[in-house]
Amino acid sequence: MPNLESSGATAPIAIKISGLRKSFGEHEVLKGVSMTARQGDVVAIIGGSGSGKSTLLRCINFLETPSGGSIEVGGEPIDMKADGSAKDKKQLEKARQSLGMVFQNFNLWTHMTVLENLIEVPVHVLKTPKAEAIARARALLARVGLEEKEAAYPAFLSGGQQQRAAIARALCMNPKAMLFDEPTSALDPELVGEVLQVIKGLADEGRTMILVTHEMRFAREVASHVIYLHNGVIEEEGPPEDLFGAPKSDRLKQFLKTVG
Amino acid sequence: MNGLEAIAAASALDLLALSPPGWGATLLAGLGNSVIIALGAYGLGFAIGLCGAFGKLYGGPVLKDLLAVYTTIVRAVPELVLILILFYAFTGLLNQMLLSWGMERVQISPIITGIVVLGVVQGAYQTEVLRGGILAVPAGQIEAARAMGMPSVLLARRITLPLMTANALPGMANLWLNATKDTALLAVIGFSELTKATYQASATTKAFFVFYPAAMALYLLISLTSTVLIGRLEKWARRGQRDVRGL
Repeated sequence: MPNLESSGATAPIAIKISGLRKSFGEHEVLKGVSMTARQGDVVAIIGGSGSGKSTLLRCINFLETPSGGSIEVGGEPIDMKADGSAKDKKQLEKARQSLGMVFQNFNLWTHMTVLENLIEVPVHVLKTPKAEAIARARALLARVGLEEKEAAYPAFLSGGQQQRAAIARALCMNPKAMLFDEPTSALDPELVGEVLQVIKGLADEGRTMILVTHEMRFAREVASHVIYLHNGVIEEEGPPEDLFGAPKSDRLKQFLKTVG
Repeated sequence: MNGLEAIAAASALDLLALSPPGWGATLLAGLGNSVIIALGAYGLGFAIGLCGAFGKLYGGPVLKDLLAVYTTIVRAVPELVLILILFYAFTGLLNQMLLSWGMERVQISPIITGIVVLGVVQGAYQTEVLRGGILAVPAGQIEAARAMGMPSVLLARRITLPLMTANALPGMANLWLNATKDTALLAVIGFSELTKATYQASATTKAFFVFYPAAMALYLLISLTSTVLIGRLEKWARRGQRDVRGL
């Protein structure tokens, strides 16, 4: 298995995907994908448009219902019905609470201030005492450089600020792993850097992360393992220096050439 | 002001006086009944509308069909006809059931009847307005909550409903104003709301030009008060949104 360099094969498994398939109607987007992320791993998923990389990420927390295969979160397989949907709502909710998801379009709740966004799930779902949640939220906002913005509504922040707030919101749940779905794709070029810097900080502190991205340089810099997805299958995978430095498959070579 | 006009003005005031022989108290009681019925019917309609909207969006096929039948029929038939049908069917059915159980016939309070009848009508319209409001909530807002493991009832209460409020408010405000005016339809089943009270007062005194303008002023009062309150509500519901007019 991969990930030997980063944390060693001894670290506990954070997320394990086996034989994952997903179809939208007749169209099969994922054709049996398997991957493992151990604690401390930073897995970058790259691939062209329509390769299935976002679908793969969204299947991990069942935002998309898998058509087949299995998913383990924190060593616990999520029970699935025959149609692929989660069997046990409570179990799925618990798994989701352990995964901090960051979306391409931020998806901060527009009717809440930044601080309210951060403490919403900790207070109302995880039953963290409010004072404790607020203290944690403020520390996280300071960390992403938004301590001045806690009372602002998301609509009044720049895209980069919104995405940093969204990352802080995900962190505020104390997740076991973070899922990033093209976190910089909706940003103006000059705002990409500030968001990547925050994500890099998380990687450096040893957080488990799965990152779907178009930023190849960034993937090379932060990832411990890179997966190249093409037409719903893993075409090539390995440590970033191998994948980017010495790609084996023609498709990956071609892909890296096009994205520059 | 000549003598005749002075007498007319004085007698108009006398006619509207609160104590008999003035009819002011009757009119105000009618206004009170209208407001109570409108509030009750709107509240009942909201309960039905909320369940209806979520049922139509997230319910099973049978529930969806039933709700479609309900909203289609209620919105297709004139409200006056529905009021007549529901009033006679509702009381008739209830009394038939009571008699078959060997109990006494009852006279249902006209206020309750009015609230139930208009509430059922309101419920059909509110179902559609609220459904539209929910559909206008961006999918990403709900997805974010789902991704963080928020249970569905909490999600509806903390995310969907507050976001839907801003979308649904203009339509819901219209329905509220409709509700206040639809109370006048209850005059046909002999209920003494504002219109019926006005009719009684003017039929007795023949002073149509005193009582109908007075009633209009009272209806206007309800509407103006509502507009002010709705305006505040809308401002609150739109918190966090940028004002598009300024852009």
